[in-house]
Formats: sequence, C-alpha cells, structure tokens
Amino acid sequence: MISEETIKKIANLARLKLNGDEVALYSKQLGAIVDYVSQLSKLDTTGVAPLVTATDMEITFRTDDVEKNNENSLATGNAPEKSGNLYKVPPVL
Amino acid sequence: MNFSELTIKSMADKVRRGEIKARALVEESLTRSKKSQPVLNAFITICENEALKSADRVDSLVSQKKDPGLLAGVPLAIKDLLLTKGIRTTAASKILDNFVAPYSSTVTNKLEAAGAVIVGKTNLDEFAMGASNENSAYGPVKNPWDLTRVPGGSSGGSAAVVAARITPGSIGTDTGGSIREPASFCGITGIKPTYGRVSRYGVVAFASSLDQVGPMTRTVEDSAIILEVISGKDRHDSTTAQIAVPPFSKNIFDSVKGLKIGLPKEYFVDGIDTEVRKAVENGIEILKSLGAQIVHISLPHTSYGIAVYYLIAPCEASSNLARYDGVRFGHRSKENKDILDLYCQSRGEGFGPEPKRRIMLGTYALSSGYYDAYYKKACQVRRLIRDDFVKAFQTCDVIAAPVATTPAFKLGEKSSDPLQMYLNDIFTLGPSLAGIPALSLNCGFTKNGLPVGLQLMASHFQEEKIINSAHALEKTINLENRQPHGF
Repeated sequence: MISEETIKKIANLARLKLNGDEVALYSKQLGAIVDYVSQLSKLDTTGVAPLVTATDMEITFRTDDVEKNNENSLATGNAPEKSGNLYKVPPVL
Repeated sequence: MNFSELTIKSMADKVRRGEIKARALVEESLTRSKKSQPVLNAFITICENEALKSADRVDSLVSQKKDPGLLAGVPLAIKDLLLTKGIRTTAASKILDNFVAPYSSTVTNKLEAAGAVIVGKTNLDEFAMGASNENSAYGPVKNPWDLTRVPGGSSGGSAAVVAARITPGSIGTDTGGSIREPASFCGITGIKPTYGRVSRYGVVAFASSLDQVGPMTRTVEDSAIILEVISGKDRHDSTTAQIAVPPFSKNIFDSVKGLKIGLPKEYFVDGIDTEVRKAVENGIEILKSLGAQIVHISLPHTSYGIAVYYLIAPCEASSNLARYDGVRFGHRSKENKDILDLYCQSRGEGFGPEPKRRIMLGTYALSSGYYDAYYKKACQVRRLIRDDFVKAFQTCDVIAAPVATTPAFKLGEKSSDPLQMYLNDIFTLGPSLAGIPALSLNCGFTKNGLPVGLQLMASHFQEEKIINSAHALEKTINLENRQPHGF
C-alpha cells in the first residue's frame, strides 16, 4: 500500500486530477507494483554504471539548416483555443 | 478476384509488371476492412479516400513505366501511434481523439515513397501501454482465431488485420513486446528491430529508450521487405544509427547449417503452458534437423527484467506524456479556472486508467528521495541484463525462446490485475532492455487452434541472422497459409 496522502501528492506533481475512487485504487495497485519492483534492492550493483539507452551509440550532430516544414497555422491547427496563431490559455497569474 | 492470398512480394511484383491494378488491391482491402470492423474492431480510422488516391498515383506511375517501389500498390495498415499528415492520429486515447497530424512520421513517408498504400490506422492499447489491446479508449480488438480472446498488445489491431488477411502487412511498435506478443497470439511474423535501426520521428513517444517500429506480416520475406524500406539513419531522429541497411529481402536465404542457436535455461522454466512449450521445442527441433547446432546458455538476470522494465518505461512515460497539457493540442477540459486547473483537469479527463497508472508510477519513482532506489537502480540492472546477452552471443549466433508463457488468453481474464498483466511480458522484455533485434514466428497451434510464436533474437544490428533462421523454419514448418475460420 502507498498512502492516499502520497498518491495525492504524486498526482499533483504529475498534474493529474484523480477522483476519490482512483486515489483508493492507485494506493492499492501502485503499492503492489512498488512491492514487486523492490526486489531489485536485493541485487548488488556496486560499481555498475547505469545504462540509460540500449546501444552504445555516440551522440550525432547535424548542421542546423533552416527547413520549411510546419507552417505556423498548421502547427497551431490542433489548438483547443487560439487567438490568431497564438495559443490561448486561462489566467496564469 | 480474391487477392488476400497474395503475399506482399507477389502483390508488388504483379503491380510493377502491370498485371494487377493497385486500385483493385486497395479496393478489396478496404472492403475487407469495413466488413471486419464490427467483428474485430481492428481499426480506429479507415482512410478510404486517401487510400484510393494513393492507389491511383501508383497505377499512374506504372502506366508511365516508372517504378513505384518495393511495395508498389501494397495495402498496409499502420498502428494509430504513427503520425499520418492530415489524418486523425489518436494513440487510442481520448486525449488525442480530435488530433489531426500536421506532419507524417518518417516510417509512413518511407512506406509511401516505396509505393505502399495506407488503408487504415489500427487499434492499440492506449499509448501502446498494454499486452492485450484491452486498454484502448476505442474498445478491445478481437483475436481472429477465437473472437473470445485477446489479439495481444499493444499492436493488437496491426496483428489482427494481418491474421484476418485484411492487409498482407502492417506496422506495429514494440517497447516491451508490443509487436512480438500480438504476432505470437495471432500467428503471424513480427520483427522488433535493433534500437536505432528505424526512425521514431513522428511516432507518439511512450518510453524513448525502448520504443521501436517494425513490420508485421504473414511471411518472413514480407517482413524483410518492409524492414528494408523503413530502416536507416534519419536526420529527424538523432537516435537512429549511422549503420548501413542490408538489403534484407534480397539477401534472404534459408540455410541454418552450422548456425549456433542458444537456448537460455531461464526461458524454459516451469509455468510455461505445456502446449506452448511443445510447439516451441518442435520449432527448435526442426532448426536442428536443418543443420543448426544447439548450445545451452544462461541469461542469469532474466527474472529481474519485469521489475527493471516497469520502472524505466513508466519513468520515461511520465516524462513523455507531460506534453498533453490541454494547451497546444488534444483534449481541453471545460473546467479550467486557472492554468494549473486546466492541466490537471484536462489530463484527468483525457487519459485512461493505464496511462494514469504509469504516469503515477513513473512520477513516484522519479520523485525526490526515490530516484536512486528506483530509476537509477533499474538502469544499473538494465546494464547487467544487456551484458548477459552480449556474453551469450559470444557462444551462439541466435537465441531461441518462447514469446509468451501462454497462447492468447480470454478477454477480461487478466484486465483487473495490472501486475498479473505485466508478468506476462517476461520473455519479451529482455531483448527490449538490451536493444537487440527479436522476432516472433508462428511455430505451431494448440489443440484449440490457437497459434504459438517462437522468438528468435540476435546481437545488435544482426537482423539478418533472425530473418534467415525464421525463413528456413517457415519453409519447413509451412504454417503461413493456415487461415482463421471466417476470414
């Protein structure tokens, strides 16, 4: 079990509105999953470098060429609300 | 005329020689798509108008004596996780229900440039998170071999359309088994390429250190053709490898003489369904009879794969899915008194249960005080898992194993317990975490007529080894023409 208080804190960090049923459900389900994944702590990984990507590829660079692909109107075409070609949001402050 | 018997290779050859019109192939595929939809629910969007236009373009190239490409006129279905310009792309999520892609994925562009015609966008688990296709906001896909069972996931729609012969091939994505498991459950071939082989530009991101795009087809040769078309360095995806793409389909051969096939003891444990084990062992016996040499190997960290994956993938997902904020695209809640409320409400309303669960899990594991114990630890064990494979490939060329512990399970059988569903992925997660190529090939059927997949894996960028081994086995086992009843 992960406490409902922790679930609410995490939901806020994740910017997710959860209802009361979801808080109770995730408290139970996430608790079980976290218990399961905690088996990793039994393994000694002293000195093992974390592997963050699957292959040892080097970071590649390319020239910073200007390409015309997404027109402004196309890029903002899916906006739920906009003003001209600008996104519109409720008050920030 | 019934074209559904034809392979991709024969369809494209006939179109290029002018023996069949692309339009005829596409019209038939569209008819089958629409007819199957109430039964299988394999599509989220069928692109009739666009497909007919593309088909006409291919036919006009042929009539001008121009070569439309390796996939000339071939109808294909694309997982609705890949962006298709001007066509709705949902990731099977209500949060993207109204999203019309402003550009196309590199894979889609490459397929179309090779003459393929996209007939529809296939159903999947929401954001590719699942192993049964039951997590789709557009309802589950049914398995053509038994409509009471799941097709596997997350590329369930892509697997079902190929098994039901609606299209001869499709595109799936695989993060932890999402091409191989549905390929196994639906009795087709599916390849997860090496990480870095295929561009992810324009593919809705789930877990970026794992996601790969790959082909799903009835025959191994057809998968090789599609893989050849979609592979290669892409300037729009810095994670694609600068490594030459072999002409997989031209180089294909069917001899396994002298090939060393490793059998990892950790993949042949108690708990595997007896009929699955029998079919897989039969496939291996055939490879042996064709001249392959069996080597017994060990991948000692296999059992940690699930724990590692279900930390790394949710951590990456929680970060990738932060972009769905109700501002630039996707669902926006009507309840939004301020910007914070807009984010929380839009995401709370738009995401289904599984993405929410994984966002929560990932945010938890990455939160202050837990990062080292969970994410960092998982990345350390990931290295041990990859090193197991590197060591194993010093003694063998290819590794053979089951894809899943069971054949396709019943709809609803595992959907109430997420952890039970996760445990299902045990045999597909290792190759994903290691970034190596792996495929699923149908190697037999259970008494109830359910297909069983054999998994073949090779070292990084050695796709040819698994393609050729699978091709050899396929020719001997001869199952690719068996067809689900009613399709």
